[in-house]
Amino acid sequence: MMLTQHLVSLPILLPLLAGCLLLLPPLANNLPRHRAFSLAVTLVMVAVCAWLLQVTHTQGMQLYFLGDWQPPFGIIFVGDRISALLVLLTSLLLLGCMLYATGGEDTTGLHFYPLMMFQAAGINGAFLTGDLFNLFVFFEVLLIASYSLLIHGGGKQRTQSGMHYVILNLVGSSLFLFALGILYGTLGTLNIADMAMKTHELSEDQLALTKAGGLLLLLVFALKAALLPLHFWLPRTYASASPPVAALFAIMTKVGIYSIYRVHTLVFGPQAGDLASLAQPWLWPFALLTLAAGMIGVLASPSLRLLAANLVLISVGTLLVAAALESPEAMAAGLYYLLHSTLISAALFLLAGVIGDQRGKPGDRLVVGRPLLQPRLLGTAFFIAAMAVIGLPPFSGFLGKVLLLQAAETTAEMGWMWPTLLLGSLASLIALSRAGTTLFWRVSGNNNQGEAAGLLQLSGIALLLFCSPLMVVFGGPITELTLLAAEDLFNTQKTLESILGSGGN
Amino acid sequence: MEALYAFCVGLLTACGVFLTLRGRSFPVVVGITLLSYAVNLFLFSSGRLKMDGAAVLGASESYADPLPQALVLTAIVIGFAMTAFVLILAMRSRADLGNDHVDGRLPPSPKDQK
Repeated sequence: MMLTQHLVSLPILLPLLAGCLLLLPPLANNLPRHRAFSLAVTLVMVAVCAWLLQVTHTQGMQLYFLGDWQPPFGIIFVGDRISALLVLLTSLLLLGCMLYATGGEDTTGLHFYPLMMFQAAGINGAFLTGDLFNLFVFFEVLLIASYSLLIHGGGKQRTQSGMHYVILNLVGSSLFLFALGILYGTLGTLNIADMAMKTHELSEDQLALTKAGGLLLLLVFALKAALLPLHFWLPRTYASASPPVAALFAIMTKVGIYSIYRVHTLVFGPQAGDLASLAQPWLWPFALLTLAAGMIGVLASPSLRLLAANLVLISVGTLLVAAALESPEAMAAGLYYLLHSTLISAALFLLAGVIGDQRGKPGDRLVVGRPLLQPRLLGTAFFIAAMAVIGLPPFSGFLGKVLLLQAAETTAEMGWMWPTLLLGSLASLIALSRAGTTLFWRVSGNNNQGEAAGLLQLSGIALLLFCSPLMVVFGGPITELTLLAAEDLFNTQKTLESILGSGGN
Repeated sequence: MEALYAFCVGLLTACGVFLTLRGRSFPVVVGITLLSYAVNLFLFSSGRLKMDGAAVLGASESYADPLPQALVLTAIVIGFAMTAFVLILAMRSRADLGNDHVDGRLPPSPKDQK
């Protein structure tokens, strides 16, 4: 009973506490203990998040009032189906990355595991919070961990891309605070549910200001999500980070996308009176353009990691198109696609790491190089990942794209969306088959250097890859769950009642 | 008071934006600092500007909104940590890459282009 009451806070507290414990004796500076402890904690996190999902699915929204301050005054954590699903996704992803990192990536610098833990705490917090300022705080937590993780291991390239990433995100944080200031000034609250209530009571002159605040917020989230004019930081950053870090970063863009889903359907959504659908006219063209930019990037990528980074861009475009359609069906398809694309792009980053290690000097660049040590194993893994990410049957990408196309079937935007999405798949198909041919078949000489990938490293990749066929096998229950989650998101009335109603009594 | 306050916030923001758009890392860091000053003042004003208002009930005739003050406090702490980080990163980048340009390489000077 006690534990279920605090269940919503556990996905944040567990990694936070684990991260602190890792810095203290007897765990400090002891790599084997670090590895064992982090893996154990991550396994517990996966279990807890699965439990949270089960509880939110069967018993409805779970609320957690910090310090027992009732909304709209205190900070609340909101665990509904979407956030529980995403928190579970984060834990799974973290497990995969950590398994991979035990293969030696964690020895390149200090404090790898604590940083991963803090990053996970920030991401989970951003998914669970019900307060906009708290969202900012968790953004900063995940960002400062990501800054250190990005340059973890050192090297010129990482410093160079780290500089851009850090400066851009600092400016983004300032803009976030400006937006919060404007919104607090007009709405008088930062509790997301309470803000949604207050949007109906605005006077004429406050309306324009609130609009500006809402759009500024969209700008900040778009920067995190890497929407078109703000996406230039992404490919270089992701390509220069070490493989497990890049894999964990696969969920960072999704934090921005989730924030857009959440804030711009609840506060500035279809039911927000004069502020209704504030983001939609902006999201629609820019999401399609992001898709197009990703397409060009994929075709022009000179290395596997840049290719994977540009595939992330394509998935960002796809997911924001789903948000721009503004219907529960599209949102449900988007959520399914979000789960799939996060896991598979992470798997691709990890694969690129292994392939780069085994090829020696050319690394993961798409040029003729030495043959791989484990060509069959890695080839199969690459093939599965490529099929899934392109969206070919029988993998999850296919199902996700079909759901998305179906959701857009009746809308007027179909004429724009279908060709762009399908052309994106075609571009990925061309680029990935070219990359695979070069990496696995265009080889010269013998390979007697480098090491074969260890069992734990491979199990990290396998864990992420196996999710794709599993998402197809259990496609029925998962799509049902995402549809329910999307309906929750659009049923603002019910959300508001359950959050604010509980505070009234 | 409002006009002066707004002018100060605007001036700080303008300077911050100008400096963050510079090419070398030091002006950029200073620009980010100015931006965070501006945003802290701005956040403070979102609870309305008021003279002689304490944030504690009963301590004065009229009271001020305590929430923006708490927000500013949080924002200051976070901004301070972030500035420290970006400073260290800028120094590291100066050491690693051999120059203080944010791109890690100096733009070609007009002499080279001739």
